[in-house]
Amino acid sequence: MITGRRRDRCVAAAALTLIWTMLWGSVTPLTVVGGLIVSAVVLTVFPLPAVTYAGRIHPIGVLRFAARFAVDMVVASAQVAVLAFRFGTVPRSAVIAVRMRAPSDLGLTLTAEALSLVPGSLIVEVDRERGVLYVHVLGVSSLAEVERFRGEVLALERRIVHAFGSAAERRIVEEATP
Amino acid sequence: MIDAIAWFCLITGALLGLSAGVALVRFPDLLSRMHAATKPQVLGLLLVLTGCALRMRDHVGVMALVAVFQMATAPVAAHMVGRAGYRSGRVREDLLVTDELADAPAAPGSR
Repeated sequence: MITGRRRDRCVAAAALTLIWTMLWGSVTPLTVVGGLIVSAVVLTVFPLPAVTYAGRIHPIGVLRFAARFAVDMVVASAQVAVLAFRFGTVPRSAVIAVRMRAPSDLGLTLTAEALSLVPGSLIVEVDRERGVLYVHVLGVSSLAEVERFRGEVLALERRIVHAFGSAAERRIVEEATP
Repeated sequence: MIDAIAWFCLITGALLGLSAGVALVRFPDLLSRMHAATKPQVLGLLLVLTGCALRMRDHVGVMALVAVFQMATAPVAAHMVGRAGYRSGRVREDLLVTDELADAPAAPGSR
């Protein structure tokens, strides 16, 4: 897998160079070459474990995920803002365990990150070996609401797999969805 | 027109920042407070950045970087604080409808 590793490093170097030129705010030969040098040094001095990415990016899936994510973020912020200014009641919450159906490292990370920005949920603990996310849910008052929320977490995983997952992961998720 | 949009973004973003602050003070326990530290705070910052970008038309690249890194790091920071809080028992259990992490087989992640 030396070629895959080299490809990963090239992508990382390109991304770091892009960030460097964006920080300088101008694309000149000096900033681009400087960025390449800095990214080469960074990648050599701080080597990261290889990210196994077997999937493929699906543009339509990404668009669908991004659109839903943007809406979710607005709803989430509004919900917390309303709870903040609602006097007289103390919001109740729950900690639930959700088993991911396609627990690749990248999928788990993306789902955990996205979960913290969509309504009601916050990641508390990740069990990487079993592929289980422990999610704190804000503003639930009954077990029925907890179960509904579990469905929403799995729906988010499904959208992420449809955007970034491999064919095998998509099949697993589709079979699990009734 | 663009000024009006920028005005709207800046005001809404500032109000979201304020509500995040109020939520931090008023929410009952640490995990609930972490919700306030992620969602309204991140969206508020995104809106303020959008407003600034529309008004200034300059340094847009740096602002985009701030937005991307904020969205990437805020959930991780909240996760780390929440996890530390949960492990050291800073959770109001009387407010939890259910706690499935407490019945988890072994302390996950503790390898």
